[in-house]
Amino acid sequence: MEWVNIIFQGVLLGGLYALFAAGLSLIFGVMRLVNIAHGDLIVAFAYMAYFVMAALHIGPFTSLAVIVPAAALIGYGLQRGLLNWTLGEELPPLLVTIGLSVIIQNLLLVFFTFDTHRLHAGDIEIASVQFLPDLSVGVLPLIQFAVAVAIIAGLQIVFYRTALGRAFRATSDDPVVAQLMGLETRHIFAMAMALSLAVVAVAGVFIAIRTDFNPFYGPQLLIFGFEAIIIGGLGSLWGTLAGGILLGIAQALGGQFNVGWPFLAGHVVFLAVLIVRPQGLFPKVAL
Amino acid sequence: MIAAKVQDAFSFRVSHIDRSSRFGLVFWALLLILLAAAPFWGDRQTMRLLGEIYSYIALASLWNLLAGYAGLVSIGQQVFVGLGGYVLYVGALAGGLPPLLCVPLGGLLCGVLAVPVVLVLFRLRGAYFTIGTWVLAEVFVQVFQQVKAVGGGSGISLPAVVVKSIAQSRDGREFLIYWLFLALVVAVIGLIVTILRTRYGLALTAIRDNEMAAKSNGIDVNRTRLIVFVAAAFANGMAGALIFLQKLSITPFSAFSINDWTMNVIFITVIGGIGRVEGPILGAVIFFVLREFLADYGSAYLIVLGVIAIVVMLKARRGLWGYVADRYGWQLFPLARRLERTRIVPDAAAAAATIEAH
Amino acid sequence: MALLEVNALDAFYGDFQALFGVSLKVEEGQIVSVIGANGAGKSTLLQSIAGLIKSAPDMIAFDGAPIGAMRAPQLVRQGIALIPEGRRLFSSLSVGENLLVGGQVGRPGPWTLDRVFDLFPNLKHRKDQRSTSLSGGEQQMVAFGRALMTNPRLLLCDELSLGLAPIVVKEIFARLPEIVREGVTVVIVEQDIVQALSASSHVYCLQEGRVTLGGPPAQLSREAIKAAYFGV
Ligand SMILES: Nc1ncnc2c1ncn2[C@@H]1O[C@H](COP(=O)(O)OP(=O)(O)OP(=O)(O)O)[C@@H](O)[C@H]1O
Ligand SMILES: [Mg+2]
Repeated sequence: MEWVNIIFQGVLLGGLYALFAAGLSLIFGVMRLVNIAHGDLIVAFAYMAYFVMAALHIGPFTSLAVIVPAAALIGYGLQRGLLNWTLGEELPPLLVTIGLSVIIQNLLLVFFTFDTHRLHAGDIEIASVQFLPDLSVGVLPLIQFAVAVAIIAGLQIVFYRTALGRAFRATSDDPVVAQLMGLETRHIFAMAMALSLAVVAVAGVFIAIRTDFNPFYGPQLLIFGFEAIIIGGLGSLWGTLAGGILLGIAQALGGQFNVGWPFLAGHVVFLAVLIVRPQGLFPKVAL
Repeated sequence: MIAAKVQDAFSFRVSHIDRSSRFGLVFWALLLILLAAAPFWGDRQTMRLLGEIYSYIALASLWNLLAGYAGLVSIGQQVFVGLGGYVLYVGALAGGLPPLLCVPLGGLLCGVLAVPVVLVLFRLRGAYFTIGTWVLAEVFVQVFQQVKAVGGGSGISLPAVVVKSIAQSRDGREFLIYWLFLALVVAVIGLIVTILRTRYGLALTAIRDNEMAAKSNGIDVNRTRLIVFVAAAFANGMAGALIFLQKLSITPFSAFSINDWTMNVIFITVIGGIGRVEGPILGAVIFFVLREFLADYGSAYLIVLGVIAIVVMLKARRGLWGYVADRYGWQLFPLARRLERTRIVPDAAAAAATIEAH
Repeated sequence: MALLEVNALDAFYGDFQALFGVSLKVEEGQIVSVIGANGAGKSTLLQSIAGLIKSAPDMIAFDGAPIGAMRAPQLVRQGIALIPEGRRLFSSLSVGENLLVGGQVGRPGPWTLDRVFDLFPNLKHRKDQRSTSLSGGEQQMVAFGRALMTNPRLLLCDELSLGLAPIVVKEIFARLPEIVREGVTVVIVEQDIVQALSASSHVYCLQEGRVTLGGPPAQLSREAIKAAYFGV
């Protein structure tokens, strides 16, 4: 039963990884931009939540009411003010977001020092439900997983069932013709970034309740998200969820063998998928 | 003897040299003599600083070769720097090899290791390749932290006996290491200029400018990239071995430091001029000047660098050197290809044709 | 006042100049055609009018207002639509979705999904198909309908006939009068001279970026057109 328990933990953690990944693959899908600063933004939102919680005396879940809209605004501004100017060639977006990553990390270091932080959610952190005699699962991870799945489902709907999603897909196909249809591509890209960061803000707050974070935690999160995307297969949100879950399980199992191994185990699974099935486990199927 | 009737004939040849690159060659030669003589005019501090600058020029030039010419943006090159360093320590300590022999050995191991690494990572395109290199670097740090034989997380240092085996006196060691750094940077730049002047260079430039077009013109893009990546890994490994030979101790964090061996290197290249051989040299000079002024501010220094790099990327995509070079048509290395029409006698024409065809 | 007026328009691709002082006028309710050989600058002209290529503000006037400096999405709101050369449908969108993207600007007017399906009945039962699965002619109809969905006052058509069988071309051109009746002014760029001349009330000929001829087709001799077209 112990193994079932561990795998269950991995599944729940994987939901969060899928959330990091969803934000990352959303913007890649719309504008072919890979945001190297993605993980650092996640961490920045966790710090923001930390700050807001202290200032307003609220819990992490309530803080989302402030953090999510703020993240969307930041995303919109970041895209219009900076990233839109880098699009077109391959190198500029990559190098600019690398610069951004370093800037964010060091700004966080200046303001919050190297000390680790954590967001405290109160009693719910230790609450658990007993599924089977030997299988009890924390309420908090369960809620987080459910929210993650719901957000991914929501993204799926936005992408395939709304006018905004249609504009995203059209712009991704052919930005020039999209303009001929009256779509302001600069605005569309900014909306995609806003949506991505809103999603990521939720993920940031969630992960910060579960683990300690410091200003240099971001790249790790970027890598988890990226691995989930590649394992799951590019361009499919449900595939990404599956990829995240698989990564979570690999890490949970790896952690059982050796305390130093959880991440390594995740990387190994990622590399194995890359070697054996480079298109990912669940690549995008045609419309 | 019958006088040969000399007829005018035209022949075309590819010329790399123009006036500014001729000036450049003289400039580099003089600079090299001056720098090689640094032990005679500089103090220990100056030499250490210069040595560090050389190592960064070498690393940045290699990164530039990858990103600026082969279109391979890697944020995992610290793997090869660290590995080169570790080969030196393990070779000298466990293998009892002379440390200087371990330097090329480090390069060799990195070159060999780069082959399977590339074969896996090349399955990722563009920016995803970039993150892939990052994952790989993570794997290395985590593995090395686990390996007790190389000191685990706390690392190892080079014992006095080994240090003394390089050269008896401290000055002797410092001079030797300084010259080795200088030799390294000259070799790296020489290698890059040579590569760029061969047909691989032409292929690389074609890939840089338009990958699809390069492919359709029969350039084996992956093969070219593989060769470049392996060559860069080899040189990175040697650089790493030298760097840690000078530092006298190594930990997984210092060996595989992404900030030291990759982020700084990226900033140097981007600011100086990506896709230009001169770029990393100019970038390194700027980097170290800035560091002298801003070193006391710690993380503010990196923030400033990041901002400068972003501004350069937005306003002058080919960096400061690219900006200047485009404006005034300068090149300090004989790299640009121009067709030159030369007027020569027939026999000479035939001879020249054979040489040029070579 | 003419609906569209192009005044001494120059256009550049970097250092390369593609248009040299092109001037022309399009009256409301007309069908005007622009003909010219490959590389004459026809697409460049349409792209300049549609705002994909920037010009000086006064070089292009729409309904009397200078629009040369405006970008494409703004001009779509003003009522200028361009059917790009080669159709360029959104490949990951279904036929219906392609049309709906056109409607997304929300300009009021007669053109709705149903009206487009009335105009091109073939498309109706292909609504949920992927756009890439259609025949060339059907794709051109989608591109046409997609542009109509923006409810334009001025519709610019870049080589509707490209790569299509004559019978399909004829079918598409047969729709033009109905579109004009709905208040749309049309500019067509064509290499198919016969088709262009018979459809339009005014024709301009471009050669190497310059206007070499202009007038009602009936008043232009074959020789004059040939000379203006080929420059012989
Ligand atoms: N993106 C571009 N960059 C550089 N030059 C271009 C570009 N597009 C067109 N040109 C050049 O501008 C000139 C006019 O091209 P344009 O596409 O307007 O011609 P066209 O009349 O539409 O030709 P066609 O009948 O082949 O479509 C040509 O010489 C062409 O080579
Ligand atoms: Mg054309």
